[in-house]
Order: sequence, then structure tokens, then C-alpha cells
Amino acid sequence: MAPKLDPMVGRYVRTDIEGVPHRLYFEEAGPADGIPLVCLHTAGADNRQFRHLLADAEITRRFRVLAFDLPWHGKSTPPEGWEKTEYRLTTQSYTAAIRAFCSALELDRPAVMGCSIGGRIVLNLAIAHAREFRALIALEAADFQQPWYDTAWLHRPDVHGGEVCAALISGLIAPQSPPVSRHETLWMYMQGGPGIFKGDLYFYRVDGDLREKVKGIDTKACPLYLLTGEYDFSCTSEDTTRTAAQIPGAYLQIMKELGHFPMSENPAKFREYILPVLAKIS
Amino acid sequence: MSPADRFARLPALYAADTDLIRRARGLDVECKVEIGAEPFFLSFRNGALAALDRGPKLMRSTTFTFRATDEAWQQHWKRVPEPGWHDLFALTKRGAASMEGDLRPLLQNLQFFKDLLALPREKA
Repeated sequence: MAPKLDPMVGRYVRTDIEGVPHRLYFEEAGPADGIPLVCLHTAGADNRQFRHLLADAEITRRFRVLAFDLPWHGKSTPPEGWEKTEYRLTTQSYTAAIRAFCSALELDRPAVMGCSIGGRIVLNLAIAHAREFRALIALEAADFQQPWYDTAWLHRPDVHGGEVCAALISGLIAPQSPPVSRHETLWMYMQGGPGIFKGDLYFYRVDGDLREKVKGIDTKACPLYLLTGEYDFSCTSEDTTRTAAQIPGAYLQIMKELGHFPMSENPAKFREYILPVLAKIS
Repeated sequence: MSPADRFARLPALYAADTDLIRRARGLDVECKVEIGAEPFFLSFRNGALAALDRGPKLMRSTTFTFRATDEAWQQHWKRVPEPGWHDLFALTKRGAASMEGDLRPLLQNLQFFKDLLALPREKA
């Protein structure tokens, strides 16, 4: 019997980010001449969150879907000297990583879809680099969100980092999401490197405040789609609605029975919402 | 049945959940859960719920407290909770619940306590 293979292929690409050599892991599926669609995972997670999208033939018929692990995440190799550094993601370093990946793969005006911190940075791409992209999709994104816990608990010697990260974010998953997908989403959080989720949230909480800045987004230069799950109490429906109201021409969709991880917590339900958006882009 | 009456059934609900008991191995803690105005004192010994004492207890010392309004527990324990009522931190963020004391045992066993405090939820 033939082996049952998933359609995506994983590879490593070498590129410099802000002058530092990196080896980034990514997975891709779809035709080489398809519309490039770059997917950005949530804080403290990795590209596996997009595995259902990568395996969706209806999407990969038209799109070349690429999902990479941010530096320090998943299978991307942390940069030399990582052991002497406290990891902190910033607006600048995150933007540089995305642009470096797109450049290294020689992608022609890709569409970018990011979730959570990936959604927030998509807003920054819309603010600062709109003309480099053909469409931007921000999942669970807003210009600012009210913090709901102290990130100091995420990295300390007396609390298991993986377990506490997963337990904290577990409540952001909608109760309707299938248990198997819920627990697969949590498993990824249990596997993050020490302090990485916390370091990502530096961007989210401290450095990435986009209030006022989103008013400068020009959706004529690049269409912007905002989709948020109704059960996401981190980035609430109100947060995204408020953000969209400041951006003329932005597409807004509140997704029923979904939470903060739509593509991994309930792939079938998310598909109902993302297919119409991808149809507009293609 | 009042939310406090529902929570009073916790020992039986916990005893029936062998998976949750498995995950509590090694847990030793005294904590307090307030259901509206009514306090409950929980004693865990190596994961077993050794005691659930209902009502005020003079000078009872606990490591941490988690409290929420009657409305919050009623909403949280619906078979399918509405958005914003479905997680302990959703409750604290909306101001319907709070936690205090030494939170370390709570955070060390956070998924356990989330699942424990969801046990009175209506079943399908």
C-alpha cells in the first residue's frame, strides 16, 4: 500500500535578518507559480498551526501556501549566541524577519496572513510596507489589547513554562472546537523554547502599540482583511471592530464559534470564513 | 439549585473524573473558592480532595483564593458558555472574578484548576 503522505513539504532557507545569519524552517504546498500566501503563527507557537491550510487542495490549487517558523520557534535554528541573550521580539525585528523570508524565497508581492502577534504585525506591514504585498489578512488582530495576565509567570524556575503557557491560552479556544484540535493547539504551546512566548509578548504588550498609527493604513495600496473569533477574549471582537472602524475600506468579519487560534482549533469552521477572503484575493 | 449548591457537589464530581485525579498527582494545597458570597475551603493531599468545607471558618489559612460572582459561575457552568464567560481569565478580565494570595500553586497547576472549577458545568 502506498504511504499516506501529507502534501506539504518542509525545508530550511538561509537568510540574514538584521545582519544576523538565520536558518529558517518553513513548509509549503501548492504550485510554484501560485499566488504566494505567507502564514504567520501566533506567539510561542510554530508553523504547524497552518497544517490544515497547507493540506487544503481547494486553497493550494491557486495559492502557493508557505508557513515559516519565526527565529527561535519550532524548527528554526536559534541564532548563534542565543544562550547569552534574552529573546525579545520587537516591531522592527518581526517586520525584518517577514521581509527577509519573502525576499529569500523571491516571492513576488505575496499575500500575508498572520494570527495574534502575526495579525498585529500584519497591521504594521499595512502601515509601513503595503506596496510590497498584494493582500494582508490579520486574524485576531487589533491596534491594542488590554493585558489579562502577568507575563512574568511564563518563564520562572518554579513553574513549568510549557504547561503554564498552554493552560493560560487554553481559555482562548472556543468551547465548540473539537477536542482533538484543541489539544493539538495546546501541545504546540507546551513545546515552545523557554521564555520564547514571553519574549514574543514583549512585541504584543510593550513595543507593538499601533493606536493612532492604523489610521494611516491605505487599503487602496493593499487590501486588508480583519477576522476575529467571538470567543477570543484576548483580542476581543470589540477590539477588532474598533480597529477596523479606523481604516476605510478594511474588511471585517467576526467569526462565530471560533477563538484565538481559528486555523488550528477548528480548521473546518475557519475554512468557512477564509475561503471567501481567499477568493477575493485570487 | 444555587451556584453554591452546585459547587457543593464537587467531591462526587471529582471522584468520578479519574483523568483529572491522575493529573493532580503530587498536589498539596489549601485554597479557597468563593461562589458568590459563600466560601468553600478545599484541601488537596497528593491530588486527593481530602476536604471541601462550606461556609466561613474562623482564621482558616489558605494559600490562594479564587472568587467569582454568582452570575459568573452560572454563566461559566452553562453547557456551552457564552463568549467572555467561558474561561476563568475571561471572568477576571471582565471584572466578574478575582484571585489573590500566593498564586504559585494555581499557576503550577493551572489547567487542573480550570478543569476542576468547570466540573459543575451542565453536561450535554
